[in-house]
Amino acid sequence: MRSDHPSAPLGLKIAAGAGLLFLHVPLLLIFVYAFTTEEKSYQWPPPGLTTQWFAVTWNRPDVWQALGLSVQVAAISTLIAIVLGTLCAAAISSTKFFGRETISLLVILPIALPGIITGIALRSAFSLAEIPFSMWTIILGHATFCVVVVYNNAVARFRRISGSLVEASMDLGADGFQTFRHVILPNIGTALVAGGMLAFALSFDEVIVTTFTAGQQQTLPIWMLEELVRPRQRPVTNVVAMIVVLVTLLPIFAAYYLTRDGDQIAGSGK
Amino acid sequence: MSTAAAVRGTPTGSAILPDRGGLSGALSDIFWRRPKLLLFLMLLPPVLWLGIVYLGSLFALLLQSFFSIDEFSGLINRQFTFKTYGELLLPSNLDIIVRTVVMAALVTIASAIVAFPIAYYAARYARGRWKALFYIGIMLPLWSSYLVKIYAWKLILAKEGILTWFFGKLHLLWLIDAWLSLPIVGGNSLSVSFTGTFIVFVYVWLPFMILPVQASLERVPTNLVEASSDLGATPGQTFRNVLFPLALPGIVAGSIFTFSLTLGDYIIPQIIGTSRLFIGQAVYAHQGTAGNIPLAAAFTVVPIVVMGFYLWGAKRMGAFDAL
Amino acid sequence: MYVTGPSAFMTPAVSFKQVSRHFGSVKAVDAVDLDIAEGEFFAMLGPSGSGKTTCLRLIAGFEQPTSGRIEIFGSRAEGVPPYRRNVNTVFQDYALFPHLNVLDNVSYGLMVKGIGKAERHREAEAALELVKLPGYGARRPGQLSGGQRQRVALARALVNRPKVLLLDEPLGALDLKLRENMQEELKSLQKSLGITFVFVTHDQGEALSMANRIAVFNNGRIMQVGSPEDIYQRPDTRFVADFVGSSNVLPPDFVARHGGARRWASLRPEAVRIAEGAAGALAATVVSRSYLGGATRLGLDVEGQRINALLPAGHALPGEGQSVQIGFAPGDLHLMDDAQ
Repeated sequence: MRSDHPSAPLGLKIAAGAGLLFLHVPLLLIFVYAFTTEEKSYQWPPPGLTTQWFAVTWNRPDVWQALGLSVQVAAISTLIAIVLGTLCAAAISSTKFFGRETISLLVILPIALPGIITGIALRSAFSLAEIPFSMWTIILGHATFCVVVVYNNAVARFRRISGSLVEASMDLGADGFQTFRHVILPNIGTALVAGGMLAFALSFDEVIVTTFTAGQQQTLPIWMLEELVRPRQRPVTNVVAMIVVLVTLLPIFAAYYLTRDGDQIAGSGK
Repeated sequence: MSTAAAVRGTPTGSAILPDRGGLSGALSDIFWRRPKLLLFLMLLPPVLWLGIVYLGSLFALLLQSFFSIDEFSGLINRQFTFKTYGELLLPSNLDIIVRTVVMAALVTIASAIVAFPIAYYAARYARGRWKALFYIGIMLPLWSSYLVKIYAWKLILAKEGILTWFFGKLHLLWLIDAWLSLPIVGGNSLSVSFTGTFIVFVYVWLPFMILPVQASLERVPTNLVEASSDLGATPGQTFRNVLFPLALPGIVAGSIFTFSLTLGDYIIPQIIGTSRLFIGQAVYAHQGTAGNIPLAAAFTVVPIVVMGFYLWGAKRMGAFDAL
Repeated sequence: MYVTGPSAFMTPAVSFKQVSRHFGSVKAVDAVDLDIAEGEFFAMLGPSGSGKTTCLRLIAGFEQPTSGRIEIFGSRAEGVPPYRRNVNTVFQDYALFPHLNVLDNVSYGLMVKGIGKAERHREAEAALELVKLPGYGARRPGQLSGGQRQRVALARALVNRPKVLLLDEPLGALDLKLRENMQEELKSLQKSLGITFVFVTHDQGEALSMANRIAVFNNGRIMQVGSPEDIYQRPDTRFVADFVGSSNVLPPDFVARHGGARRWASLRPEAVRIAEGAAGALAATVVSRSYLGGATRLGLDVEGQRINALLPAGHALPGEGQSVQIGFAPGDLHLMDDAQ
C-alpha cells in the first residue's frame, strides 16, 4: 500500500508554485504602487513611500460619485438577480418539464457569449426602443448577467436538499408557504447570500457591458478605464485600484465560507 | 405508560382536517392541486426578463447586421442585404478576424499548459488546509477586478517597470531587446506589443482554465495513475496515455472560456497592445465613432458563429460534464 | 386480534376502492381494493417496483389516484393535500430537517399548527421520552446515529397524534442487531398507542414478525391479503409462495405423482425431512449444502425437480453428491389456485 500523502515530484511542485506566483504577484504589486511617491511614471522600485495619495483620493468628488453609482447599481442588480435566479433555480430543480434545458441555456447565455455582444446588443436595442441612458439601463444589463451566478449557487443547493424534506414538511401539516418559510428558505439561505455576494462583486467590477449601456454616468470601473486610457493622476488610480481589489475580495471570502461545506462557489459563473 | 398517554389522546379529531381558509391557505391548495401553474408562475419573471431584455436585444442586433450603411449620407439603409457581411471579407477586416482567432487559439494553448500543473497539484496532492488554500488561491485572482488586473500588467510591462528592472539586475536586458526586435511579436516596448497582449490575456483568463481542469482531474482515480506506472509506463507515457486523455474534457471546457473571452475582449488590446485591431475593438469602433452599426453587428456574429462551432465540438467531446 | 380482518360494520382506517395510479403507461398501482382496520399493524410486502410504496404515498397524499376512491376513516381523501390529512409518515431516509435541532424537528408539526412554544416543546420532550431519547433535544440530526435518527423521525410523526402512521421501509438502513430491537419496540409502541400503523417493506421476515395482517404486492396488484400464518402457510399463488419464505413451488405433474391433485402446490423447506427407509419416501440426490447456523439448507434433486430442505441443527447430514431418501406430510403440500 502506498501512503495516503504521496509527495509530488519536484518539477510539478515548481511548475505549480510558479503558476500561483504568476497569478498573485501582479495583484500584490498594486498594493505597493498605492504607496509610491512617484507621480509621472510607473517606476520600479518606488523612489519613496507615502500615504498622502489616500488623502488626495479621499477628497476627489469624481471618485466618490463613481463609487456611489457602482454600489447602487450592484445592489439593485443583485436584488433583481436573487429574485430571478432563485425562481429559475427552484423551477428547474423541482420538476422535469419540457424545455428545461432551453431555459438553463438561456440563463447561461449572457455569460457564455462574449460581453461585447451583450453590450452592443443592449445598446442597439435601447436606441431602437429610444430608451435614454440612465442608471437603469446599466442595471438592466448587469442584472441580466448576474442572474446566472445566483442561479448556479441556488441550483447546487437545491440539488442537495432531498425531495423528502419538502414532503416531510407537508406531511407534518405545513402548507406550501409554511414549507417555503420554515424548510426551503433556511436551507437555501446561505447559498443565496453567497450567490448574491458574487453577483455584487461581478456587477461592481463589470466594465465591458457597462461601456455600452452607460451614458454620461461613470461607474468605478468606467472611471478606471478612463484613467487607464488617458491617465490624469496616476497615484489616485493606484489607490483606487487597491481599494477595488479589497472591496471585491471581501464578498469572495464571505461567499467561500458560506458554501465551503459541499457546493463549490460557482466560479464558472463569472 | 404515562408518556404514552401524553402522546396518545388519539381517537379525537377527524382524519381529514378542514380547509384552513385565508388567502395563503387557498393559494397553497391551488398550487398543490395545480403544480404546473406554480411552475409557470415561477418561470414567468426570469423567462420574461431574459427573453425580452436579452434575447430581444440579440435579435435586434442580428437584424441590424442585415442592414447596410449608405456610403455617402452615412445613414443606415433598412433594407435586407448581405452587403455588410460581404464587407467582412475585405482584406483589412479579414485580417482582424484571423488575428483575433489566432490570438484566441494561442492564449488557449498557453493557458492549458500553465494551468495543468496547478490543477494537477491541487487535485492530486493538496489535502485539507492546503486544498482550501489552493482553492482560494485560484478563486481570488478569478474574482479580482478585471481592470485592476490589466492595470497591474501595465505597471509591470512599462519601460520603467519591474520587469525591465528585474532583467536589468540579471544583466539580461539584451534578451528583451532581442525579443522586441522580432517582427510581429515585437515592438517599441512590451506594453505596446502583441507579446504584452498575449501575456495579459493568459493572465486574466488562466483561472477559468484551472478550475475545470482541476474538476476533471479530481475524477481520475489515483490508482489509475499508479496502475499505469505499475505496468511499467514512464511518467511521460503515463501523462500522454492516461492523464491527458482523462483531463481533456476539462481542458476543452476551460478553453470555451479562454477562447470565447479572448474573441470578444476589446479592453486588453486597447490598453496593452499595438494599434492593430482585434474583433472587439473593431466592433467598438464601428458602433461608436464610425456609427456603422450594421458592420459592428456583422462583426459580432463572427464570435457567435465561431463559438457555436466550438461549443458543438466541445459537447461532442463531453466537455460539459466538467463544467 | 385482527387476524380475521376488519369486521363488516366498523369504518376502516384506510379503504381503497379500485384505486389505480398510472405514470404514463406504467401501472404503478392497478385497481387495488384494500381495507385496513383501525388499530391494525398492517404490512405492505413486495419486491421493489411492486406498487407498495406508491400505495403508501397515496395514503399520505403525495400521490393522487388516477382513478378509484380512497377513504381515511370514512372521509374522502382524493384531492386533499398532505398537510390536511391527519396522517403522518416516517420516511425511509428519515428526512429530518438538517437546519433544526432534534426538539424543533419533533415539534415542527405542532409549530405549523400554531401551538405555543412552551406547550409544543413539552409535548416534543414527551414524544422523545416515548422513543427512549430523552434529553436529546438540543442535538442536530447530523450528530445522531442511524438508529437515533429513526427514533427522532418516529417521535416527530407521533407527536401529532396521527390517525394513521405510515412507515416507509423504516428499518431498511439499520444493521441487523438494531433492526431486531427496533422491530420489537415498534410492535410494543403500536400496541400501547393503539394507532393504526401501515408499513412498507420488502423483507418478508420483518413483515411476518411485526404485522397483524400483510398484503403481498406484485406488479401494482395485491396478490394476497391475510395474517402472517395465512401468507406463509397457505399462499394463494406461486408468486406469494416464492416471495414469502422461498417455498418450493412444485408443478402439477410432480404434485399429481406424489399424492395431490394435478395443480401447482407449495412445500415449505422446513416441511421436508430426511426419511431413510420410510414408506413412500422419495429418492433424492444432495446437490448443495449450506450451513446457516441454526439450521442447514440442502438443495436436493428429486426426479429432476429441485427441492430445498431446511433441517434443524443437530442432525447428521448427508454430504454433497450423496443419495438420500426424503419425505413430507401430505398436509404440508399446499395446493394453489392459479398459475401465476
